[in-house]
Amino acid sequence: MTKTEKRNMVLGLLFISPWIAGFILLTLYPLISSAYLSLTDYSVLSKPIYIGFDNYERILVDKLFWQSLWNTFYFAALSIPINLLSAIFLAVLLNFDLPGKKIFRTIYFLPSLVPMVCLGVLWQWMLNGQIGLVNQALWPVFDTFNALFGTTLTPPNWLADPAYAKAGLVLASMWGVGNAVVIFLAGLQDVPRALYEAAELDGCNFWQKTIHVTLPIISPVIYFNGIMSLIGSFQVFAVPYVMTNGGEGPGRSLLFTATYIFNKGFEAWSMGYACAVALILFVIILTLTLLATRLSERHVHYASK
Amino acid sequence: MNSKSVRLVQRICIYVILLLGAFVFIAPFAWMVSTSLKPLNETMSLPPRWLPSVIQWENYPLAINEMKLFWRYTANTIFLCVMTVIGTVLSSSLAAYGFSRIEWYGRDKVFVLVLATMMIPFPVVMVPLYTLFREMGWIGTYKPLWVPSFLAGAFNVFLLRQFFLTLPKELEEAAKIDGANELQVFWLVILPLAKPALIVVALFQFMATWNDFLGPLIYLTDQSDFTLALGLQAYQSKGGGTDWHYLMAASTLVVLPVVVLFFFTQRYFVEGIATTGGKG
Repeated sequence: MTKTEKRNMVLGLLFISPWIAGFILLTLYPLISSAYLSLTDYSVLSKPIYIGFDNYERILVDKLFWQSLWNTFYFAALSIPINLLSAIFLAVLLNFDLPGKKIFRTIYFLPSLVPMVCLGVLWQWMLNGQIGLVNQALWPVFDTFNALFGTTLTPPNWLADPAYAKAGLVLASMWGVGNAVVIFLAGLQDVPRALYEAAELDGCNFWQKTIHVTLPIISPVIYFNGIMSLIGSFQVFAVPYVMTNGGEGPGRSLLFTATYIFNKGFEAWSMGYACAVALILFVIILTLTLLATRLSERHVHYASK
Repeated sequence: MNSKSVRLVQRICIYVILLLGAFVFIAPFAWMVSTSLKPLNETMSLPPRWLPSVIQWENYPLAINEMKLFWRYTANTIFLCVMTVIGTVLSSSLAAYGFSRIEWYGRDKVFVLVLATMMIPFPVVMVPLYTLFREMGWIGTYKPLWVPSFLAGAFNVFLLRQFFLTLPKELEEAAKIDGANELQVFWLVILPLAKPALIVVALFQFMATWNDFLGPLIYLTDQSDFTLALGLQAYQSKGGGTDWHYLMAASTLVVLPVVVLFFFTQRYFVEGIATTGGKG
């Protein structure tokens, strides 16, 4: 290394030193410590006692853990595609040069600013089976349907019904889709006009243009938003926690893995066990992210710059 | 039909869809505010009434009263917002400078590590972090909630680095010829130019602290130390669950500052969010 290179190295490291400290204290140490604690019986009040892989063995047969994992996958599988599709759909529509498009964009974005706790409180109210706004809007639809087909269907009792609680949570999370819409809108600005014009000359209609021009060009943005909502949905905690008044929902239908880590760690004070669950969650998120990345390498189109 | 009228029909369809959607997206807000202004019996009436028969402005002071420590929560939240915004802006801009304006061996490899840490959700590390802070005697204090913001969070470093990379190299070369050292270049040349990006980071951090729930939930023990988010949840879960008019009034009060802030800083918000996604 030359003198300048050495000097730059020292300077660079000095400048990033807050990050290095943060990385060691807030990421590396917790991960290593977590790996160790997961092998112990640890209640915070007494010293951790090494118990080998006992926690993991117990997790394997822990029904609540499996239920929390099932709920988490269920929620992710439902919310990620719905949120991505609705965000792309809204972004494509909002990208049209229509009068009042700025107001529309603001309206669709605003709910994503609502703090999680408020979102939980508000949607607990919105999804109330009897007087909630969602069912008030659904009743006329159901009434018409029933009158036409002679059925007696009723709108679901969302958060009070194990079969619909997660769907209710997905509805609430869809309300906050605006953040992803803004990211997609930015992505749409990068689609070269010339490509659309060429497609139009070839006789493509709006949907053909969307599928053959827009989607491939914004695929890196889809990948980014996909990963973000993957990570987000696998750590879902605050909204269901608030919606259930700090509980787990009917039939534990809103017991998610992050909720379970919290309950084990900070309600039951089984810190070792909670760490083991947390590490499993971490490995799952890591694996899915890598899988998505592998998948994206095949399908994501990066413009050569 | 010729292509012009097809286009017109298309635009009208899109307009109708957007209008309907906008109505759906506004409805929860409208419902929240209208419930917050109703007398209790009207919150439960069937069919629901969109507007209260008499507007009950007094629900707001009453809700604040019901939450008991509302102003205390507000002061606590503002304190944390100020501390974390200062910490984040200072530490992330320093780190971002190191990742963009100085060339050092291995820099971009380390930066990949920065990005990788964004994939570790808080619930994964919260237990060991709690035990760490507990050993330091920080549980029940605000320190676990603001000290980490002085340690350059990955997301903010990423955002600022993207911005710093767009500034021309000649800037600091000129300053260095004039005898400025690296810290002076950072402080006197780069930071003033990066003001828009710094505002974005400050805004995002403010929002994150204002919204944070899980952090305060595990670190704070004394109710008088609670933040607004935690205080609202505590009020809701402890018997507030039926006083929907008060709950909605309290929720409106927690949402309102964020919405007001957004209207004053809309441009920064939208540009900042766009940067996170596309321009990486």
